[in-house]
Amino acid sequence: MGNAVIQVRDLVMAYGERVIQREISFDVNAGDIFVIMGGSGCGKSSLLKHLLGLLEPAEGSITYGDTNFTTADPVTRQLLRRRWGITYQSGGLISAMTLAENVALPLEQYSDYSASEISEIVALKLALVGLDGFQSYMPSEISGGMRKRAALARAIALDPDILFFDEPSAGLDPISSRRLDDLILQLKESTGATVIMVTHELPSIFTIANNAIYLDADSKRMIETGDPNWMREHSEHAVVQQFLRREADTNAADHAS
Amino acid sequence: MTPSVEIDEHQKRLRLGGDWQQPSLPDPSAVLPLLENQAGNWQADVTDISAWDSRLHALLLRLHRILARRGDKLELTGAPETQQRLFHLATAVAPPTQAPKETPPLLSIPALREGLTQVGESFLDSLAFLGSAIQALFRVVTGRSSMRLRELVSSCYQSGPDALPIIVLTSVLVGMILAYLGAAQLQQFGAAVYVADLVAVGMLREMGALMTAVVMAGRTGAAYAAQLSTMQGNEEIDAIQTLGIDPMEFLVAPRIIALVCMMPLLVIFADALGILGGALVAGGMGVTPLQYISQLESVMTVTHFLVGLTKAFVFAMLIAVAGCRAGIKAGRSSAAVGQATTDAVVTSVVYLIIADAAINILCEQMSI
Repeated sequence: MGNAVIQVRDLVMAYGERVIQREISFDVNAGDIFVIMGGSGCGKSSLLKHLLGLLEPAEGSITYGDTNFTTADPVTRQLLRRRWGITYQSGGLISAMTLAENVALPLEQYSDYSASEISEIVALKLALVGLDGFQSYMPSEISGGMRKRAALARAIALDPDILFFDEPSAGLDPISSRRLDDLILQLKESTGATVIMVTHELPSIFTIANNAIYLDADSKRMIETGDPNWMREHSEHAVVQQFLRREADTNAADHAS
Repeated sequence: MTPSVEIDEHQKRLRLGGDWQQPSLPDPSAVLPLLENQAGNWQADVTDISAWDSRLHALLLRLHRILARRGDKLELTGAPETQQRLFHLATAVAPPTQAPKETPPLLSIPALREGLTQVGESFLDSLAFLGSAIQALFRVVTGRSSMRLRELVSSCYQSGPDALPIIVLTSVLVGMILAYLGAAQLQQFGAAVYVADLVAVGMLREMGALMTAVVMAGRTGAAYAAQLSTMQGNEEIDAIQTLGIDPMEFLVAPRIIALVCMMPLLVIFADALGILGGALVAGGMGVTPLQYISQLESVMTVTHFLVGLTKAFVFAMLIAVAGCRAGIKAGRSSAAVGQATTDAVVTSVVYLIIADAAINILCEQMSI
C-alpha cells in the first residue's frame, strides 16, 4: 500500500524461548485509528512495545515509512521517535517531576525552543487536556484519570505524527474513559495524526477505530484484520465475533439503561 | 449423616450420599481402579447428598478426567441445577496439556549448577552494567548528557545529610566496641593507653569505611533499587527511553555520582566519631584525654586516612552500581521491587567484603 505509515511483516514476538505471537503482518495507513485487540495476555502490549522499539522482534520487520525500524541504528530510531507521542498503561509520567516538567521533557529533549516558549507550550498542552493550573503538581498528587490526561499532554507536546496509546482508558470509570476517548478523537482530528491504540474496551473500539487487528492467545497468531465494525458482522472467526459482539451487546444494554 | 460412596459395578454407577461438608470424607482410592478398568460411561448419583463443598466437585472432576482419558464421560445425576452447571463448567475445559512446570529439588546437582551459573551471569552482567555506567559518567563529565542537576542534588541529599544520624550512631558505637575489645587485652599488660592506636588505625583504615558502606548498602543501595524498580513497574523507564533519553545518564549517573561524592565525606565523619567513641571508653579505663590525644598524634598518619578514603570511594561505586543495576534490571511486578532491594543489598555486601579483602591484600603487598 502506498501510504502505509507502518508496515509490519512476519513479526515473531518471543520472551526467550517462549513465543507469544507469530506471523504478524499488517499495515497502518496515514490518518488511521488503528486498534490492537485481543483477550488478556495475548501480547497486545508486547506488540506495542515492539512497535516502539522497547522490545526487539525475534523475527520479522517493522518499517516506518521507508525506514526499516528493526535494523535502524539508535540515531535513526531517535529521529523517528521524535515524531511520536506515547502514553503508557500506567501513564509513564516521571514521578520525581512536576506535570509541567514532565510535559516539558520532550520539548527540552528534542527542540531548540527557549525556556519561556517551552513553558507557554506546556501551559497550552495542559489546557488542551483540561489540566491548566496543575503545572506544579506532582503525578502522585493527582487522580488516575488526571495522570492519564497529563500523559496525553506530554504525548502531544511535540505535535506528533503518530500517537501510541496503551490501554488509555483502563481503570477509568465509564464517564472519564468516554471523555478521554472524545479527547483523543478531537486531538486526532485537529492534528491529523495516526493513532495506534491497544485496548479491549469495546466502546472505544467502535466509537473511534477504523482499522484493527485481533491477536488470538490460543493460536498465538493474528487471526483478523480490518475495520472492527466489519469484523463484528463478517469475521470468519467465531472468537472475533464473540469478542466484539458479546461485549457490544452489553454496551448496547448500557446505553439503553 | 456421614458421607458415603456406594459402588454399583454392573450399572457403572456411584451413589454418593450424606453430608459432604464434614471434615473427613470417604477415601476414593477404592473407586479409582474400578473406573479405570470398566470401559464405558459412568454415572454419579448425588441425589442423597445433603450438603457439599468444593471438595466434592474436585473429586468428581478427578473421576471425570480418568474417564475422559479413554474418551468416556462421567454423568452427574440428581444434582440441583446450580451444581450441575458448576460441574459442566469444570468439565468443559480440556484437561491441561501443558506438562506441569518442573522445579528441581533445592539440593541437587542441577540446582547447584543453575545456581552457580546464575551467580556467574550476574557477575558478568554487573561488569557490563559497570561498563555502561562508566560510559554514561564519561558523557556527564564531558557535558554531553541529559543528566539533570536537580536529580543529582536530590540524590546527594538522600545519600549524604539524610544518612548522618544513623552514621553517627553506628560509628560512635563501633569506636566504643573497638576500644572495649582492645582495652580488655591491653590492660593485662598495663598498656591501656594503646587503645588509642587500635581505635584510630581500626577506624581510619578499616571500620570507618566498611561500617559506613554496610549502612549505606542497606539504606541507599536498597533505596536506589526500590526507586528504579518502581519506575520500571510504572513504565517511567520506558517513557524515558522512548523520549530519547538514556536511563543510564538520566537516572543511574546522578545516583552513582551522588554516592561517590557523599561516601568519603561520611567516612571522614565516621572516622572522627569512632575515635571520639573510643575516647569515651578509654576515659573509663583511666586513660586521660591528653594521653589519648598524644597517642593519636603519633599513630594517625595520612596513609591510614587515604587508605580508608580509597576504600570509601571503591565501596560507594560498588554499592551504587549494585543498587542501580538491581533496580534497572528488575521485573515489572510489585514482587520485583522486593526482589530488587534484596538483590541490591546482598550483592553489594558481598562485593564490599571481597573488595575490602582485595584492597587489604594489595596494601599489604605494597607495604602501605
